[in-house]
Amino acid sequence: MFGKKRVAIVGAGLTLFRRNLKETGKELCYEATKMALDSAGLTLKDIDSVAFGSAPDAFDGIHMKGENMIDSAGGWRKPFSRVFVGGGTGVFTANAGWWHVASGLFDTCLVVAEEKMSSCYPHPAHAFTTIFDPIMSRPLGTTLIWIFALEMHRYMHRHGIKKEQIALVSVKNKKNALDHPCAQLGANITVEDVLNSEIMCWPVQRLDISPTSDGAAALVLASEDVAKKITDNPVWIDGVGWCIDSTYWTNRDLYYPDYVEYAARMAYRMAGIKNPPKEIDVAEPYDPFDYKELHHMEGLLLCKKGEAPKLTEEGVTQRDGDLPINPSGGLLGVGNPIAAAGLMKVCEIFWQLRGEAGKRQVPGDPRTGVAQAWGDLMQYGSVIVLRR
Amino acid sequence: MSAKIKKYAGHPLKSAEIREGKVPTARWRPKAKYMWSAGVAMSRFLNELKNGRIIATRCNKCGRIMVPPRVFCEQCFKPTDNWTYVKDTGTINTYSASFIAGDASRIKEPIIVAIIDLDGASPGMGIQHKIGEINWKEVKFDMKVKAVWKPPEERKGAITDIKYFKPV
Amino acid sequence: MSIEKISDPRQVRHWPGHMEADYIYTHGIAGERFFKEIKENGRITGTRCKHCNLVYVPPRIYCERCFEKLEEWIDVGTKGTIQTFTVAYVDIDGSKLKQPTTYAMIKINGTNGGLLHKIGEANLKDVKIGMQVEAVFKPKEEREGSVNDIKHFKPVK
Ligand SMILES: [Zn+2]
Ligand SMILES: [Zn+2]
Repeated sequence: MFGKKRVAIVGAGLTLFRRNLKETGKELCYEATKMALDSAGLTLKDIDSVAFGSAPDAFDGIHMKGENMIDSAGGWRKPFSRVFVGGGTGVFTANAGWWHVASGLFDTCLVVAEEKMSSCYPHPAHAFTTIFDPIMSRPLGTTLIWIFALEMHRYMHRHGIKKEQIALVSVKNKKNALDHPCAQLGANITVEDVLNSEIMCWPVQRLDISPTSDGAAALVLASEDVAKKITDNPVWIDGVGWCIDSTYWTNRDLYYPDYVEYAARMAYRMAGIKNPPKEIDVAEPYDPFDYKELHHMEGLLLCKKGEAPKLTEEGVTQRDGDLPINPSGGLLGVGNPIAAAGLMKVCEIFWQLRGEAGKRQVPGDPRTGVAQAWGDLMQYGSVIVLRR
Repeated sequence: MSAKIKKYAGHPLKSAEIREGKVPTARWRPKAKYMWSAGVAMSRFLNELKNGRIIATRCNKCGRIMVPPRVFCEQCFKPTDNWTYVKDTGTINTYSASFIAGDASRIKEPIIVAIIDLDGASPGMGIQHKIGEINWKEVKFDMKVKAVWKPPEERKGAITDIKYFKPV
Repeated sequence: MSIEKISDPRQVRHWPGHMEADYIYTHGIAGERFFKEIKENGRITGTRCKHCNLVYVPPRIYCERCFEKLEEWIDVGTKGTIQTFTVAYVDIDGSKLKQPTTYAMIKINGTNGGLLHKIGEANLKDVKIGMQVEAVFKPKEEREGSVNDIKHFKPVK
């Protein structure tokens, strides 16, 4: 058996996130991957393996997308694998990269995630419907926003949370995104703007939701001995976790993401974290909807169940608060090219821990951060803990 | 690194530029049709809907009465043991009013969608359906509802044989 | 014990459905220039990696081997060599075609790349692996910036 090796992130890359980009998915992948390699001072020759992530093929209508992308993700004649766990893919791709190196199989691994949702015409909503059960859900005309609205409403009901409290997340993240050079929807908006925006599926309104986007993100991972030769400030992947709950989503109580808690506990155990709110300095929980940030803060055990809205109101989750949440601007602000958005969160924690996040830098010399993504039928959680 | 990078890759386009053919594109519409087998448990479930009844399966190990029915208990990982009918009444677990159709276009009268925990099934065993005969603003959590069935001659053995659930 | 299985096949239900999907793909940075050259100038172009001494056709903006950005565009001519070919007698649904169609993988001469395309203006039994062929373009006014702007490849006389 292989001994478990310590794994570091030594480089990161990102493209713009936009509603439509002219580049093909491959070209986006290349740009992010090249940037990650350049930032690590490496070339493709130094890379032993590639882990690639992308959401359902139906979004851009290219089947076997992993195979389609290999050359642009640096996979030419290399051990290459694609992972896919719905919206959880972005963070899970980093987890997959981790086990490539931690296992001792490879010294280095490229982690690449890409999404080009604009190809789906007239709207990716069509592609989303193919994730539903054809017998129980599709005949009712189910849409993606319905099922999240059902979850949001249940969460609000169980804890007596108001829309005004949830809207604060959207306000914060869009504001944070103003400082992100790749952001699609950075803006100064108010709680009233959110509450007055178009009702989609009550309680979900237009400004509660992240946009659809094109974009790509990439990381370079290296084993400890290799990383120390490459850089003086590696960021360590000290914990990974993932977990999935039952596909029978109407048989679960949607007010709490148990599966995120299990994934977080797995990652925290590995990282030796006993008191998450105290030990974690910065977090990037998955926020395709504003309520999801709160839901996931609770699942990540960063606060008690139902307490996240209060922390948000008190300013604790602001970039200069005690527990900065989504300093990048998150999916609500930076954009949501599904798999790439999840990996963007890992990039952000990497930059934050290296003190390289520029205007987005959280104060206080952060040493430990966590990123998380969520997906499938409101059932999947992937978590990664990084340390400097 | 993020702070040091001056330019990020990507050429943004407006949706209109693509739709109006101002940038070169290729169009593709897959012709994909499917015929899914409903399988053992769901075939019976659908056939029972035609009779105006909702059927579940029970696992004798954990005691759960599960709807939609399944041939195995995913928690005990063993075959389920019996068929059992559950009621066509239940309580609203959560709900939403959708102003958006499947293609993301807007609709005037919202569709009220809900998860309904069915009476006679184990707690929390809900199904997804619509709510009718009520203004969406009057719908409440934990409200008691009952299935409104299509007339027998119109039923096809589909989840839509129940038109919607209405308040009791 | 377990629940009784279905023994009457008429009780087994099937559920029909289709995937309502429609896609518009941008040609991308390299594709846009490649198809513009075909449409406006009847030219096939490639990009060259000077480190690896490779010419990519269709062109890419990066070299898959050394991962350098490619900025050197070259006109690669319209002639190529049949690497392999097949003759299709049935369409995608398996119905018989009126006229068999020859599809070939054509390596563009002097490059490391090639195109999949149809072979025309040739007797079926004369098509051979290693045969020299050249692109036949549609008239300029009919070209729309697609791979079908090339009607087919024909044997070089
Ligand atoms: Zn059981
Ligand atoms: Zn090269």
